[in-house]
Amino acid sequence: MSQKLLEVTNLSMHYDTLDGNVDAVKNVSFTVNSGESFGLVGESGCGKTSVAMTLLQLQPDNSVITEGSIKLEGKELIGLSENDLRKVRWDSISIVFQGAMNAWNPVIKIGEQIREAMREHYPQNSKQENINKINELFKMVGLDESISERFPHELSGGMKQRAVIALALSCDPKIIIADEPTTALDVVIQDQILNEIKKVQNLLGLSLIYISHDIAVIAEMTDKIAVMYAGSIVEIGPTQSVFESPKHSYTRALLDSTPSIRGEKKKLRSLDGEPPSLINEIQGCSFSPRCPSPSSGCKNQSVEMGLIQIGEEHFVDKCCSECV
Amino acid sequence: MGKNILEVRNLVKHFEVSKSVFSRNKKIVKAVDGISFDIKAGETLGLVGQSGCGKTTTARSLCLLDPKTSGTVNFNNPETSKMESIDEIDDDGIRVFRRNMQMIFQDPYESLNPRWTIKDIIKEPLDIHNIGSLAEREDAIVEILRTVGLTPPENYLKRYPHEISGGQRQRVSIARTLVMKPKFVICDEPTSMLDVSIRISIMDLMLNLAKELDVSYLYITHDLAVARYMCNRIAVMFNGKIVEIAETEELLQNPIHPYTKRLISSIPIPDPSYKRERYEINFDELDKIISNNTDEQMVDVGNEHLVATHDTKGFFIET
Repeated sequence: MSQKLLEVTNLSMHYDTLDGNVDAVKNVSFTVNSGESFGLVGESGCGKTSVAMTLLQLQPDNSVITEGSIKLEGKELIGLSENDLRKVRWDSISIVFQGAMNAWNPVIKIGEQIREAMREHYPQNSKQENINKINELFKMVGLDESISERFPHELSGGMKQRAVIALALSCDPKIIIADEPTTALDVVIQDQILNEIKKVQNLLGLSLIYISHDIAVIAEMTDKIAVMYAGSIVEIGPTQSVFESPKHSYTRALLDSTPSIRGEKKKLRSLDGEPPSLINEIQGCSFSPRCPSPSSGCKNQSVEMGLIQIGEEHFVDKCCSECV
Repeated sequence: MGKNILEVRNLVKHFEVSKSVFSRNKKIVKAVDGISFDIKAGETLGLVGQSGCGKTTTARSLCLLDPKTSGTVNFNNPETSKMESIDEIDDDGIRVFRRNMQMIFQDPYESLNPRWTIKDIIKEPLDIHNIGSLAEREDAIVEILRTVGLTPPENYLKRYPHEISGGQRQRVSIARTLVMKPKFVICDEPTSMLDVSIRISIMDLMLNLAKELDVSYLYITHDLAVARYMCNRIAVMFNGKIVEIAETEELLQNPIHPYTKRLISSIPIPDPSYKRERYEINFDELDKIISNNTDEQMVDVGNEHLVATHDTKGFFIET
């Protein structure tokens, strides 16, 4: 623990569109230590997936990284050539995509698709070695060995998702990015998959970046979370401390809008309004139009956005730290 | 909470599937296999279960979208205030039934006609059932848009579904449903496609409208946390059968059926300091036992807490 594995500093990225620049990621910084689970939470369109894609340098062609750095074990990823990136992807970082169950090629057997990735990264291995490895991985994620001889359409959603996790593990990465891996699944299957991910993570000592909009899942899966709003991180800290004493109004709104089956049945609070469009430059604090208790200064142009420390490893956006 | 508005007894819906187009061997899928429940006026009953357990099929059979295979559905006809079986009523009766029984679908992106304006969409049911004069219909549309929180209504009347957000679309679906002043609404996961922050406002809207307009809901969801927020009672469904039905808090505090326990234990808790205990059961075994027990009655264990009776030994997994 506590050894820095991934270090993202001041990352900013926009998409160049016909309507103007969409600032999807603004000044995002975080670190992930080895063996740690890091959660990224926020509404749809807040830039969670854009961050994930940028980490792997898989962002679409119209995206422009304006500043910042992504260091993996001290090595800068931004600006690496495609050839060098190929060695990083899957070897060091792999990703379980959103809706990954639909990511399988329908006409190739599951096992062959996983072997394809392994051949690329371990050309010296024999086919039998690869097969043994896959069987081992399948066992880890709770799948039968025979699955590798099946086609994707023969599997249920949960099985496909398990196989995707096996695929992500196939080249012994150090970090796995899981982008809403259970969103399309029902609760019991979701529970099994989460359990599987946690088990594998502990077993192999992996770091995990877990992206979700579901606060309850994040609470269970992560050690540290970052709450994203309109492309920026507005609060970041140890999961425990963020849940116990959320400082940002948006974090509090997210927590207040999540129903639970435990404890007193409480009145939930909805968050009015919609996230701002990221095309136009936002004046002042990006959350001020929806903030339940905005101060007069929030909407002021001169409000400086940026995180300040309020507890041990707990940072919150400057504007909202003064509201409360 | 008054009298029953809907009584369902032994509702069965089977689908015939054949292996290939020319195959003569028809297999029967028992999507809904003999379920019974009542819904009282003003009550919200939650129907929870995993995907594929027959929740939506139940809803579709109740709405007469798919003909049921067997079983009886009795409906309280608001014009005569009598319970009437939907098999025995005539065409006029069906029309009354349909007017009073509406459905909200899961996906607001697919359930609204993209080429119609919001006004057309909400007006359609009024036209079909010939309710009020043309001017009255216009007023009703404006009124209902205001009720569901799309204000000012004039801004929305002329718009098309693609011009409004997902949350607003679901509000339009709700408006279209409630403009008929139904007594009973079936909601098929109406919030599962929406973002977290919008979800609560839609759920609150539905709860408020239930109180104001005295509507009963059958609320279908796979998320018990949502069901707890919305429902007075919850029915847990597994493979076409209801295995347990009770008051919401009673069911959550005191679940009896192993499947209910498994379902409750799989809901993540938004509290990092809480360690959830997983309750494992053997689904294959449970499936076998349940499909072999076709005609067992449910037993009342007190407080109107009904549990399916079958031998539940053997499918616990020791952990």
